[in-house]
Amino acid sequence: MYSISLIAALAVFCIGVLYKVSTWFRYTIDPFAAHISPAGRVQAAMKGTLRVLFSARFFTLLEVFVLDVVLQRRIFKESLLRWAMHMSIFTGFMLLLVFHALANQIPGKIFSGYYSTLNPYLFLRNLAGALVIAGLLIAVYRRLALKPRRFFSNVMDWQMIVILAVVMVSGILLEAGEMSSYSAYQQMVVDYADVEDEEKIALETYWVKNFAVVSPNISEPFDPSALTLGREMHLAYCSECHSNSHWAFMSYGTAKSIRPLAGWMESKRIDRALWYIHFLASFVGLAWLPFSKLFHVFVSPLSLLINAVMKDETSDPANIATRQILELDACTHCGTCTMRCSVGTAFEEISNVYILPSEKIGAAKMLALGKDIDPAELDRIQAGLYLCTNCHKCTDVCPVGINLQQMWFNLREFVLQQGRPELQVLSCLSLYRGLNRDKINPEHYVNIQQLAHEAVAGTDGRVREAGQKPLKINSENKILKGILNANTRTNSLWSCYSCCTCSNSCPVVANYQNPRQTLGLLPHQIIQAAKMGLSDLIFKANMLRDCLWCYACQQNCPQNVQVADILFELKNLAISVAQNNQKNK
Amino acid sequence: MIKKVMMKFAIQRCCSTPVFLKQYETSTDAVLRQFGVDVIDIKETGCCGYPLKNINIKAFVLSSARNLALAEKKRLNMITFCNCCYGSLKHVDHLLKTDTVLASEINAKLKKEKLNWQGRVEIKHLLDVLYEDIGLETIRGQLVKTFKGLNIATHYGCHLLRPLNVAGFDNPFSPSKFDRLVELTGAVSIPWRSKLECCGSPLWGVNDDLSAGITHKKVTSAAQAGADFLCTACPYCQLQFDRVRRMTGSRPDEPAGPPSVLYTQLLGLCLGIEESSLGIEKNEMNCSGLLNFLIHTEHNRSDPQSVSGPLSP
Repeated sequence: MYSISLIAALAVFCIGVLYKVSTWFRYTIDPFAAHISPAGRVQAAMKGTLRVLFSARFFTLLEVFVLDVVLQRRIFKESLLRWAMHMSIFTGFMLLLVFHALANQIPGKIFSGYYSTLNPYLFLRNLAGALVIAGLLIAVYRRLALKPRRFFSNVMDWQMIVILAVVMVSGILLEAGEMSSYSAYQQMVVDYADVEDEEKIALETYWVKNFAVVSPNISEPFDPSALTLGREMHLAYCSECHSNSHWAFMSYGTAKSIRPLAGWMESKRIDRALWYIHFLASFVGLAWLPFSKLFHVFVSPLSLLINAVMKDETSDPANIATRQILELDACTHCGTCTMRCSVGTAFEEISNVYILPSEKIGAAKMLALGKDIDPAELDRIQAGLYLCTNCHKCTDVCPVGINLQQMWFNLREFVLQQGRPELQVLSCLSLYRGLNRDKINPEHYVNIQQLAHEAVAGTDGRVREAGQKPLKINSENKILKGILNANTRTNSLWSCYSCCTCSNSCPVVANYQNPRQTLGLLPHQIIQAAKMGLSDLIFKANMLRDCLWCYACQQNCPQNVQVADILFELKNLAISVAQNNQKNK
Repeated sequence: MIKKVMMKFAIQRCCSTPVFLKQYETSTDAVLRQFGVDVIDIKETGCCGYPLKNINIKAFVLSSARNLALAEKKRLNMITFCNCCYGSLKHVDHLLKTDTVLASEINAKLKKEKLNWQGRVEIKHLLDVLYEDIGLETIRGQLVKTFKGLNIATHYGCHLLRPLNVAGFDNPFSPSKFDRLVELTGAVSIPWRSKLECCGSPLWGVNDDLSAGITHKKVTSAAQAGADFLCTACPYCQLQFDRVRRMTGSRPDEPAGPPSVLYTQLLGLCLGIEESSLGIEKNEMNCSGLLNFLIHTEHNRSDPQSVSGPLSP
């Protein structure tokens, strides 16, 4: 049973790893490398790896391996508590893996006289277990009680905690059960101790007192002379390969506290069940590792190392595409990026989880896999991706070194390529895209801008040219007036007497020979149209979207009309109307 | 003897500088350090909300209010080297002070993060701190070099000046503080026609032709007035005059026009701050010509009065 399940788990693990690694080369979220074949990417990756290994950058790798992978400097910088948490789980688990799970393979071969029941192994195994449990407790505390704002836990996060906890707890219970088990004790006596009658009882007394064995024959008070003889027997037959059980402090404590249940556990063969739970949980974890968050134990170090030596400007685009899919596996959903996100606060007002970097990764995974995403969800993803100031903070703080900045840039263009209008393009958030426009296909670059402009201006509606019928006021117009009147800043529009000072001081207007033709309405005309509530006329005007908010109009207005603030309100209104139209489509 | 002014501010950094204009951060830090001004980077500080203005007003207000509340919690005033951050913080502070309903709504949101906006934080632009808090005389006293024969087109930027009831840095129609700071370095702050106009940055990425057109007009105006360099104190203006101009190139029939330097670079050179902090070589247009105008001053540092004469225009 044990070896069959181990082999099965190992097989699933190996296939899983191969499958996952293949996805790094097969999938992409990088529109700039979509044309490169998987074979080309494998080749580029090998070339790149060799080039780094045989250059001075190899020493950078060494440094990063020691400081960031082993000592986890990046987590330390972010939070001492989280560093303690991760270090505990990491070191505890590694120790258990080497000195316990692989006991026969590694320490058994290296250290002569290795016995799992002998110190320091007996003690260290419990210490390692205690470390893992302490780390897990911090993790649970952080996710449930500490819970920083805008910090989400998903199923993957809990799955990992639960599976580790099951392995740990079952292990401790198992060892405790073995300690108190009378049949296990009897077996040891048969195997190792050549004792008869009085000596046998004495040894048993000694073990019941000191080793937490629960015997049906012996209970307190203990016979002092039996204890003395028992000690002699113990020294003669047992102590050489069995340290005192209390060194296994966690199991010993557990054994002591479940003493009354020992007989029942033994009769029901609970220890057997625990044994199955313990190794099966470990094997399930192993098999499932490549598909779970646990995969980060392999991929996060890779991400740290790769990002330490890869520079955006000089890297092969094929390798960037590959790295980005790898990075998706490296993410541990620790939430550091979100906690430090510059625009994370916007989530309090705009309920779109994709604003938050840690949740954008989830969207990236869906997009990489080419999953069918419904249009409304895709709009939310696109909006979340665009709502980013590209301040580089997330990349700076990511404990596993993911180049999130570049991830968002590529992902944004990847999603924009699907041709759904993104209205936030009309805001200053477009600066980053603009400053990087050399990297984007010029046609695609402009197309995205036009789509946004058109989405607000619309292609239908009441287009009016000079000489057509006079405008009629309808109920929609009252809505706009209501909105502008409700606000102490925007209701200043009623003071306007159309002196045109605003339009004359506007640098946008001054930029054109014939501004009416390009801009549709000039600022003073927008104010007049707003007075009449002619929202569709205003929304069509390029002036609204081409306003710089330089406040020259407002500063110069002799009537103190808050011209810029009114245009501002109108633009936001135009965008939200267009957004609703898009949703209803 | 160097006079140190002990001051402490929470700093609101700009979201664009880490990627595009690191030299503005390092030069600002170096200049402020020179005068003993302590800047505290509060870890939780986020975006001022400026780009959210066009998306969701509440999100914009909350962003600035949160940063102000963070500074308030530490009992610090706030400094920023970005006009847009300055404008946003000032705008939000103004809105909250005039709209109590909005203020209580925002405070209810801030409470979830154990924060509270009470409007006690003074918001200062870097130029404000240099001009008002450190003072021209103190700065003059620390100059080790000055410029000679250098014509600077001083660019204020919109949100430092307008609207007056919100920004309040200087007279929005005929400001002089920034000019006086520029002239402190020995340079001449020349008069130029479109000095107070927008740089065009807000539309870069939205309507590139218009944005570049406005920038071009400004730069041409500065060139016509005889400027050797433009001088800015805002990341967006600087990026527009530097990176965007490099990207768009000058028109074939016209000379390239004056490159743009940050005020902290200009002043930093005169303060003798090491070049690695000033990062003048990081500007995308070649600004190395600036060094040709630099001369060693002969003034005695302990007597700043002795140089005030020849340096003042």
